[in-house]
Amino acid sequence: MSNDNFEAVAEAAGGSVASFEPEHLGFGERLQRFLHNYPTAAPAFVLLVAVVGFYLIVGSRFLSAFNLSLVFQQVTIIGIIGVAQTLVILTAGIDLSVGAIMVLCSVIMGRTAVLMGLPAPLALMLGLLAGAACGAINGLLITRLRLPPFITTLGTWSIFFALNLWYSESETIRSQDLATQAGLLQWMGVSFNMAGARITMGTLTMLVLFFGMWFALNHTPWGRHVYATGDDPQAAQLAGINTDRVLLSVYIVAGVICALAAWALIGRIGSVSPQAGQSANLDSITAVVIGGTSLFGGRGAIAGTLIGALVVGVFRNGLALAGVDVLWQEFAIGLLIITAVATDQWIRRV
Amino acid sequence: MLKRNASALALAASLLVPVAAQAEGIVGLITKTNTNPFFVKMKEGAEAKAKELGVELRSFAGKIDGDNESQVEAVENLIAAGAKGILITPNDSKAIVPSIAKAREAGLLVIALDTPLEPADAADATFATDNFKAGELIGEWAAATLGDKARDASIAMLDLNANEVSVDVLRDQGFLKGFGIDVKDDKDIGDEEDARIIGHDVTDGNEEGGRTAMENLLQKSGGEVDLVYTINEPAAAGAYEALKAVGKEKEVLIVSIDGGCPGVKNIKEGVIGATSMQFPLLMASMGVEAIVEFAKSGKKPENSEGLDFFNTGVELITDAPVDGIESQTADQGLEKCWG
Repeated sequence: MSNDNFEAVAEAAGGSVASFEPEHLGFGERLQRFLHNYPTAAPAFVLLVAVVGFYLIVGSRFLSAFNLSLVFQQVTIIGIIGVAQTLVILTAGIDLSVGAIMVLCSVIMGRTAVLMGLPAPLALMLGLLAGAACGAINGLLITRLRLPPFITTLGTWSIFFALNLWYSESETIRSQDLATQAGLLQWMGVSFNMAGARITMGTLTMLVLFFGMWFALNHTPWGRHVYATGDDPQAAQLAGINTDRVLLSVYIVAGVICALAAWALIGRIGSVSPQAGQSANLDSITAVVIGGTSLFGGRGAIAGTLIGALVVGVFRNGLALAGVDVLWQEFAIGLLIITAVATDQWIRRV
Repeated sequence: MLKRNASALALAASLLVPVAAQAEGIVGLITKTNTNPFFVKMKEGAEAKAKELGVELRSFAGKIDGDNESQVEAVENLIAAGAKGILITPNDSKAIVPSIAKAREAGLLVIALDTPLEPADAADATFATDNFKAGELIGEWAAATLGDKARDASIAMLDLNANEVSVDVLRDQGFLKGFGIDVKDDKDIGDEEDARIIGHDVTDGNEEGGRTAMENLLQKSGGEVDLVYTINEPAAAGAYEALKAVGKEKEVLIVSIDGGCPGVKNIKEGVIGATSMQFPLLMASMGVEAIVEFAKSGKKPENSEGLDFFNTGVELITDAPVDGIESQTADQGLEKCWG
């Protein structure tokens, strides 16, 4: 017996098409999805807890406008370098040479201005150009010779640092000599007071840079290309993106930002020291990782890096005010890194 | 054929002889790093002395502070090269000891420069600054300069790092003792209970660390500070920037240790009140002399009286001398500063 009344059968089958099981997510899964969509939420929460925690331990001295502005000053250099590092890590790369580029550029600015007597704006330009050149070397080695970024920048780290020692002759240029001959180089250290807070040009520069990079990454084609290249380079190429050009541009921009950090460094310490910034590469990676940017590329937000740098700064400052031995500060930062990377692995599984 | 070979050998030997005579032996120098101006100057001092005495200097350095492996390798290379002796500033005073023992068994004279080995007699001799004395000098000077104010002065202590290496501890505790503070255990930083101490923070011995540490201690004390001890002059320069940012640079006294040229210039300009100068060039040149002497006569250098090392001296540099403490002016200091 065949039933030719197809309409009736169809009606009997019900009108619903393909559907999913209604989702009954546990708290953990919902948190996982939330963090997947908002990767900066976790570090922001840690920052909030740290600020409240230190307020309870140390008291109002910690939460004063002056002290909080001080924390911003203290993270200025790592924050600026962190912008460069975030950019590189978003492309699934890493830049170990950032600290060496910064010191080399600061030495070039200082020596050309003070020892060669060039006008300060020219010395500054030379420093920024040197940063671009260092970044271009990294970028060309990575895109033309296809060397892995880790190895490339490990090598150029040594090279740039050796050039720094050779050119600086391991000599420090004192703050007082810079002030009389090239005051512009110390401009980043100029500060003004606002509602009890002390804000330096360096801090402002850092905040402007974060905002500018946030805009570039989220609202320009170049920014979207950076994310695409980091997320899946083959797909990006199929979509018509010249990934080599994107990578090269990323390393050059990172180099220029490091030179900017060099200027901020001179502003902060007053002098030009070839010994400075030796841990800046690892510190910047720490800020990026705590800030929730994935080391596997393509995921993360620039604002997270600022938060990551602030978390480290708040721990350093808060523990010092509480009179805690410095080794526990190292311990705490280590725990934060592990927690941040573990969180990243977890939310990747969504 | 055989004859020709033999004469060729003789010719080669005769060519070699004058070369060997020119360099009467190899002296090895192993520094902690080749970045710190202190070690750069040390190397210059050793090179000048080696040239003067007609020996060959071979220098090595760790890659970074704390790098023991590179120094072990350097010791092995120098033993293999048949060096007469080794001058070393150990990155790890304990871990390097077995390698040093091998060198001494092979007949080399080993002199520790600047940083003693642990135990100190693992080396044939140690040429170093008396770091406790260096700290004591600036402590005594600060107490005398502050006069009656010393009794209720607020003191910030800017140390090196969390490891509490011997140089760090000796300078810190020496300063406190010189100032007249009960240091309790003089092997431990921070066990003091004197209310005058605001706190101890670390600087990594550089400008940025000095500035951050000073800022944090100022916050801790509510802005009150009269006297700042710094592990070295770059840290002092950083601390000065922090004080300048809050307009306190005129009323706070900074003391330091090292005697680098930028530091001595800072004494002249009133940035630092006083510093204890040490003499890296002297350590190195005396070390080379001792090894050459040992190669000639087998005589080993002796320690200073009452110390387990040979004291290469420390001098107080200040433009505000006080009664009863011998000191030199910044201008005199500029003639013998290093780096």
